Amino acid sequence: MANPDVLKHVAEIVDGYDCRREALIAILQDIQNEYKYLSTEALELVADKLGIGVAKVYSVATFYENFSLEAKGKYIVKVCCGTACHVRKSQPIYDGLREYLGLKGKQKTSGDGLFTLETVACLGACGLSPVMTVNDEVYPKMTPESAIALLESLREKEGESRAQA
Amino acid sequence: MPKRKLTRERLDALRAEAKTLLAADSREVLICAGTGCIAGGSLNIYDRLKALCEERGLHTRVSLRREENDADALHFKKTGCHGFCEMGPLLQIEPDGILYTHVKVEDCEEILEKTIIGGKVVERLLYELDGVKYPKDAEIPFYQRQTRVVLENCGATDAEDLTEYIARDGYAAFEKALFEMDSEEICREILDSGLRGRGGAGFPAGRKWDSVRKQPEGKKYVVCNGDEGDPGAFMDRSIMEGNPHSIIEGMLIAALAAGSDEGYIYVRAEYPLAVDRLRTAIAKAEELGLLGEKIMGTSFSFRLHINRGAGAFVCGEGSALTASIEGKRGMPRVKPPRTVEHGLWSRPTVLNNVETYANVPLIIRKGAQWFRSIGTEKSSGTKAFALTGNVVNTGLIEVPMGTTLREIIFDIGGGIKDGKKFKAVQIGGPAGGCLTEEHLDMPLDFDSLKSVGAIIGSGGLVVMDEDTCMVETARFFMSFTQNESCGKCVPCREGTKRMLEILTRIVNNEGTMADLDLLESLSDTISEAALCGLGQAACNPVKSTLKYFRDEYLAHVVDKHCPHCNGKKKGLVIDPEKCKGCGKCRKNCPMEAISGEVRKPHTIDIDKCIRCGACESNCPFGAISEEA
Repeated sequence: MANPDVLKHVAEIVDGYDCRREALIAILQDIQNEYKYLSTEALELVADKLGIGVAKVYSVATFYENFSLEAKGKYIVKVCCGTACHVRKSQPIYDGLREYLGLKGKQKTSGDGLFTLETVACLGACGLSPVMTVNDEVYPKMTPESAIALLESLREKEGESRAQA
Repeated sequence: MPKRKLTRERLDALRAEAKTLLAADSREVLICAGTGCIAGGSLNIYDRLKALCEERGLHTRVSLRREENDADALHFKKTGCHGFCEMGPLLQIEPDGILYTHVKVEDCEEILEKTIIGGKVVERLLYELDGVKYPKDAEIPFYQRQTRVVLENCGATDAEDLTEYIARDGYAAFEKALFEMDSEEICREILDSGLRGRGGAGFPAGRKWDSVRKQPEGKKYVVCNGDEGDPGAFMDRSIMEGNPHSIIEGMLIAALAAGSDEGYIYVRAEYPLAVDRLRTAIAKAEELGLLGEKIMGTSFSFRLHINRGAGAFVCGEGSALTASIEGKRGMPRVKPPRTVEHGLWSRPTVLNNVETYANVPLIIRKGAQWFRSIGTEKSSGTKAFALTGNVVNTGLIEVPMGTTLREIIFDIGGGIKDGKKFKAVQIGGPAGGCLTEEHLDMPLDFDSLKSVGAIIGSGGLVVMDEDTCMVETARFFMSFTQNESCGKCVPCREGTKRMLEILTRIVNNEGTMADLDLLESLSDTISEAALCGLGQAACNPVKSTLKYFRDEYLAHVVDKHCPHCNGKKKGLVIDPEKCKGCGKCRKNCPMEAISGEVRKPHTIDIDKCIRCGACESNCPFGAISEEA
């Protein structure tokens, strides 16, 4: 992310909040929204512009679950592991997707950089449990099979558009 | 064009006009646009049906505006959560009150031809229970047994239409508070109503407001906690999405009472639609002049901001929430001083949750006595619950305080899914406890729940059937709390980690009896010593499952076999070919489960066998093994 355009845009985001220190979380959210993760350079720039230590920015960025310091895949897949989804068997969905994506240990992003698999603690769509989201679109009443089929279709779509390009 | 300044007279005139428009609004198509139904495709249904109507030359409109006033036009509304999420996407046609369930885009043509044009009902889309079809929502048992007060407008009105909110007496309570009551009177009215905080502890809202009011003059804040983090709870989300103006109005009244001019709504990041709807609502209220400087020509000013959470459960705790608004790590601090004295930016702060604020306009408008007439003596009013888990009708419900679990789960919820047996219900999320069969007839209110070790919490009810392992459930909640522990205090940071290790060990059938004692003593220590409510309540699920489902712990620890987690119990069998009938197994069996004559093959009585393995290890011929 260290290219000058990106940093320029990060600076614009911070300026958009008048460099107010209390807006730190909102600033990080906007940067994350745009680039899906927070790079070291971006964090340093934010700290510099707000006039606070990098350690402070880092402490906030690592405290909140939504922030990521690592680049993410094109599709962010979140499996809900809230209580309602849990009692309607969401764990096998997560396990199935991990296996499908070949994720090992702490790895969250698939080897091809297409998918990042995460869990989320309740989306509040408990009536449709178990649910998962792909880039914030909610998919209701999933099973391990339908979840894998969904990722499969996204993968195919990517393959096609790559072939066309 | 300079904006006309809003005055009381103008607001009244607007309301009168809005009421006329609403009364003339003869035909409505309501499409549920709550998170649940949207996930089911309700917005596509909205677009398709509206387009179809327009193709047929029917007049349509999307808001209560004078220029769109056309008595015959079909008013298309995207409403907030209708509550019956299990049956979504939902579509309702007024004034007939016809409710269609599980609607698909392909159904739109039939709905247009048969119902909208033909005036007939599409039978197959109706809700059906025990062979009876219910054409009208009001007659469906799920709705019939509820008292929808706070949620009345959710699902019936267009969440983004300020005019419609005003037509339904919206901002009338604020008007009354602003012009006819002083701050002390407002506090007294709320206190008299008996309104208790809907976010967990049930602290009287009026007392909180009055404490802030009595603080020395100066900057004060009003904060709304919309960080509804309990897994299995979505009441607040539904109110924010379905009736955002009721929250704004409640906060305005709180600001008048407390003497504040600035407020914040803190919303979970996982609720993007709620953030959108609140933003729209704030913008519209500002545009009309209900928010801003010198509101309606008085000296009262109020500005309202939205802060999005960033995925930390602990931010639902008051002091962590204010820290997060200040742009810091959301970690709780030692109390006292309380938030009412030392809240946001160390200023006196009124902090209530979404549902609490949504109750306020109703109380001011209809009076404390009206509110007291609902619910029980010490817990007045209604409570919204999110009913989820292994229950037939999952959804959002609202009942008077004091309603029993049996009424909620069986009458409204329709009982347990797939005809299974009820085992337990987890109330109050990871900080709550589980209630069992014996509690089904207990009235649900703040005090009776507390007496059995549970809390109303924010109001999530997760129903569990006979197939659920309660030890595994306790482990699930502990893993949630452990993950969300902010790490500031040792009892919670280290304690929950160790508790989780022990519980995982037990679930894997590797625990010992000493582990159970250890769990109990750790629970007591953490509850006593943790800094904030998250830690103090972290052990509630463990405590209550140990109390009510000790036999399931014993199944994991003693039998090393849980019928829920490990399937049907596999016994040990003696291979008659290998057995020489030496009798060693019989003598070593502590349960006297083995019988047989000397020098003849022995047999094991599976019902008596506890799978201790003593026989297996003592057999000199290797004749004993696990059942195939």
